[in-house]
Amino acid sequence: MIRFAHVFKDYPKGAALKNVSLHVAKGEFVFLTGHSGAGKSTILKLMQGALQPTSGQVRISGFNIAELGPAEIPRLRRRLGIVFQDFRLLDDRTAEENIAFALEVTGARADSIPARVMRVLTQVGLAAKAHAYPQELSGGEQQRVALARALVNDPAIVLADEPTGNLDERATRGVFQLIREINASGTCVVMATHDLDLVKQTTYRTIELREGAVVFDSGLDETAGEPV
Amino acid sequence: MRLLLREALLSFRRAPLLSALSITTIGFSLYAVGLFALVAVNLRAALHTVEQRVEVVAYLLSGTPPETIALASQDITAFPEVQRVTFVSEDEALKRARAELVEFRDAYRDLSVNPLPASLEIQMKEGFRDGAHVAAVATRLQGYGFVDDVRYGREWIEKLDRLRNIAGLVGLTIGLAFAAVAVVIIGVTIRITVLQRAREIAVMRLVGATNGFIRGPFLLEGALKGLLGGGVALLLSYGTFLLFRGQSELATSGIVFLDPQHLLLGILFGVAIGLGGSLVSVGRHLRNV
Repeated sequence: MIRFAHVFKDYPKGAALKNVSLHVAKGEFVFLTGHSGAGKSTILKLMQGALQPTSGQVRISGFNIAELGPAEIPRLRRRLGIVFQDFRLLDDRTAEENIAFALEVTGARADSIPARVMRVLTQVGLAAKAHAYPQELSGGEQQRVALARALVNDPAIVLADEPTGNLDERATRGVFQLIREINASGTCVVMATHDLDLVKQTTYRTIELREGAVVFDSGLDETAGEPV
Repeated sequence: MRLLLREALLSFRRAPLLSALSITTIGFSLYAVGLFALVAVNLRAALHTVEQRVEVVAYLLSGTPPETIALASQDITAFPEVQRVTFVSEDEALKRARAELVEFRDAYRDLSVNPLPASLEIQMKEGFRDGAHVAAVATRLQGYGFVDDVRYGREWIEKLDRLRNIAGLVGLTIGLAFAAVAVVIIGVTIRITVLQRAREIAVMRLVGATNGFIRGPFLLEGALKGLLGGGVALLLSYGTFLLFRGQSELATSGIVFLDPQHLLLGILFGVAIGLGGSLVSVGRHLRNV
């Protein structure tokens, strides 16, 4: 599903990734952990085609990022659901309209949109707040709307960059539970976080980064040093 | 298509102040261009009126046979520069002098012999009413044996030439400068609109909208604003025109408004800047996000 092979990424101010190799299987849940600047966001940006590797190969859902043309980026993004710490909702549209927007701008059939929007709103438990604007929702609710928007195109992979970074403990639990449910239904999830409590609660695979290099991967068979 | 229109119109509804501001800015920028065009068109019309009076007069020796004059007239009419040749007989010349030169009426009244020569008045075609062409025709006329003298007000025509050249050059420079300023101001205005919606563009990119799809509403919005701005400029220019025409002194000199082609051109200019500005601004964003 996702494969990094000897990936290096340099920014003008220095190296962000140094020889990162990893493989994420279909339906897997993977935590990316590490301090700020360790390279978590760079990995997620490479996965969504927002960055190109300096060297090495990044393959995701059948796309080779190094060879990705401008016309292919939208095709890749439609197979991904992406959520961020800051939700990235449009303030002048209701929850329902924010989700519908993702379908409209990707050319979904107009008559199919209301039902699909209601389905994901129900899935994230916000059907009753379909007509609320983001500023009328709590942080946790806003992140649920963002998750619903990420899910509405039935993505094979969900990329989450610190999705609970702006939330209090209770909202964090709710959103994390929702992400686990999404994974349980077969969607591959890659979630960057530095909330170690969250990581410890589960037995999901954890990849730890330090200064751009993978320093720990719980998914590796430690005796053989190969991916499971 | 419906979505495209909805998104473009939505931005007017969501940011009415910014939209109104950008339409007004476009309107006033184009108004400045329009005002300048109005002045230029009227200046050219005034010059044209003066130019129509450019003529060459060939005074004929007395006793020239009418057949010779008639043949020569035909000949001269065939010159490429010449529009019309009018024969003025000695009697007609005297009649005109009596009518036009009122202060000499007494002197002309009791003449026993007519002192005025017959003449051929030659009107030049449009495009040939300048010093060089007039002088060329005058030289050719002097070649006829029965032509006594040729007059065409050399200094006056040369002044007219100079005025025309200066007006053309100044007009072109100022016109281009005005247009350039309009392009810059409108470009900045549209850039602000795009920046205001940067978040929306980012979200569209995130969920996999194609670049063409993202551009669509912005292009339509830019074109609409250009169109509306062009309309505002048209109204302002027409208002100014009416105001000037209302002034009594100007009313008699007959100032003219821009003709429909120019108006259409102006509005298309607005639409083109709106479209171009949006294309550049959004394009920059699509590369950055």
